[in-house]
Amino acid sequence: MSTHRADVVVVGAGHAGVQLAVALATSAGPRGVLLLGAESGLPYERPPLTKKLLVGSDQPVPVPLRSAAYWDRSPVTLRTGTRVVSVDPDARTVGTDAGETIGYRDLVWATGGRAARCGLPGEDLRGVHSIRDLADLTALRRQLAGGAAARAVVVGGGYVGLEVAAGLRQLGLAVTLVEVAPRLLARVTGTVVSAAFTALHRRRGVDVRLGTAVTRLRADGDRVAGVVLADGTELAADVVVVGVGMRPEVDALLAAGARGDTGGVDVDEQCRTSLPGVLAVGDCARQANPWSATGAAMRVESVHNAGLHAAAAARALTGRLPAGPVPPRFWSTQYGVELRTVGLSAGDDEQVLRGDPATGSFSVAYLRGGRLAALDTVDRPRDFARGQALVAAAWQPTRAELIDPDTDLPRLQPAGTSVT
Amino acid sequence: MTFTVEETGRELVLDASGHATLMQVAVEADVPGIVGECGGEMTCGTCHVHVESTPAGYTAARSHDEEDMLEVVDAPAPGSRLACQLPVTPAVAGLRLRVPAPS
Ligand SMILES: Cc1cc2nc3c(=O)[nH]c(=O)nc-3n(C[C@H](O)[C@H](O)[C@H](O)COP(=O)(O)OP(=O)(O)OC[C@H]3O[C@@H](n4cnc5c(N)ncnc54)[C@H](O)[C@@H]3O)c2cc1C
Ligand code: FES
Repeated sequence: MSTHRADVVVVGAGHAGVQLAVALATSAGPRGVLLLGAESGLPYERPPLTKKLLVGSDQPVPVPLRSAAYWDRSPVTLRTGTRVVSVDPDARTVGTDAGETIGYRDLVWATGGRAARCGLPGEDLRGVHSIRDLADLTALRRQLAGGAAARAVVVGGGYVGLEVAAGLRQLGLAVTLVEVAPRLLARVTGTVVSAAFTALHRRRGVDVRLGTAVTRLRADGDRVAGVVLADGTELAADVVVVGVGMRPEVDALLAAGARGDTGGVDVDEQCRTSLPGVLAVGDCARQANPWSATGAAMRVESVHNAGLHAAAAARALTGRLPAGPVPPRFWSTQYGVELRTVGLSAGDDEQVLRGDPATGSFSVAYLRGGRLAALDTVDRPRDFARGQALVAAAWQPTRAELIDPDTDLPRLQPAGTSVT
Repeated sequence: MTFTVEETGRELVLDASGHATLMQVAVEADVPGIVGECGGEMTCGTCHVHVESTPAGYTAARSHDEEDMLEVVDAPAPGSRLACQLPVTPAVAGLRLRVPAPS
């Protein structure tokens, strides 16, 4: 097979890969940027998969990150339907699933990950889904389009599981959600927000089961017929959606000797891996995080983080200094209710509630050592907007400044702007 | 319609047709400083522009959510808008926008 070369080869045409390729389009060098994506079709936005595309038309049409015309005229060469299966860090080449070898000066790994599975008996039955990409959503919508599916079980009460539960309710299915932890969203938020979202889902008719594990799936022929819980309860189901997180797609990089493990590939502040000329960005990259309680290395799964990594890698590859750190932010939409978060709440030592969850609009401030570490906001866009600069500045509030929901949080200029 | 990029001083005259919002127009044209990270959800502020002149017949009111976000963007100005909240309409041709330089 023919051998190609590019100055920068980007593997994975998702949020991080596209942002990076676009940023380097004219500055990578004479051989340019080659963007390789395993999925077919134009690169698209992932968040709508479990939001408006889940409840919209039977045949979901993705929201492209850039139009076809854009890619036609861009100096970036986009190749979709191509999976990279190996990396040779000494020869500086990658191998594709079509048997092709492609040379690089700099390689950027931007592969995101696969939906994690529970490893339960019966998980490969027809009717069992998980949602990571458009093909996954299309398969789910195809099953639902038949109209025969009436009962759904969602396994996992994280952002994706909850968005799927909300969407399936809106489509008229009976939905049971099973979460092994004692509360929903346990990895990403505190007890007040967990309780509010549990109440929201129950109000909308979801049967929320907490602190219970699914132990196996029951079959009817090659189709799923139900799930069995640890306490022996059986739930009948026509469709099961497993939303238990993702596994970073890093096998080829690890095999090439990059430092990391199945939990992600390790990168520094500039998104460089331990291999010379190889960077990693987005969901697959594990990086020391100054916003976490311990500063420990972690992966952050968000569009915002994908953009920050892409910008950091683009700076590194064009010889510019790193930009200052920016606190992470996240958003999720369920039944039209907007949960928006800035910062990382884990490891907090005090929580202050602003407003009344019963009204549907409230925020929770998470403090560490008296400083604002994170802010969860539920349908309170002003708190979210102002909270970003406050978390960035590790604001030290008084209780009075936080607690009265009718008094706005103070306005600081965004990070990077000089404060006198 | 015209984008003036403060950082480089360049003026870009763009055709908005085929797009729903001015954020999309700018992203498709690689206008420096416009990222559109949240896809128009009003959570990122990375589509902030200053409206310099509005042609007759072009109206788009600011929502409360947009005003909240605009309070905290870099380089706010009286004409500040989120480009993702500016629709493409037939009257858009004469619109002039400025992309503020990063501080
Ligand atoms: C259903 C869903 C809803 C979400 N909602 C939100 C939200 O509301 N807000 C938010 O901030 N974040 C959300 N996220 C998370 C967000 O989408 C991710 O953090 C973001 O997409 C990460 O970007 P990425 O480029 O690292 O990975 P991805 O966007 O996943 O892109 C990786 C791409 O690489 C491709 N690839 C993988 N391996 C290879 C290979 N070997 N060769 C070639 N290509 C390869 C994959 O097919 C994929 O297209 C959501 C995620 C999901 C799955
Ligand atoms: S694109 Fe995010 S606020 Fe406009």
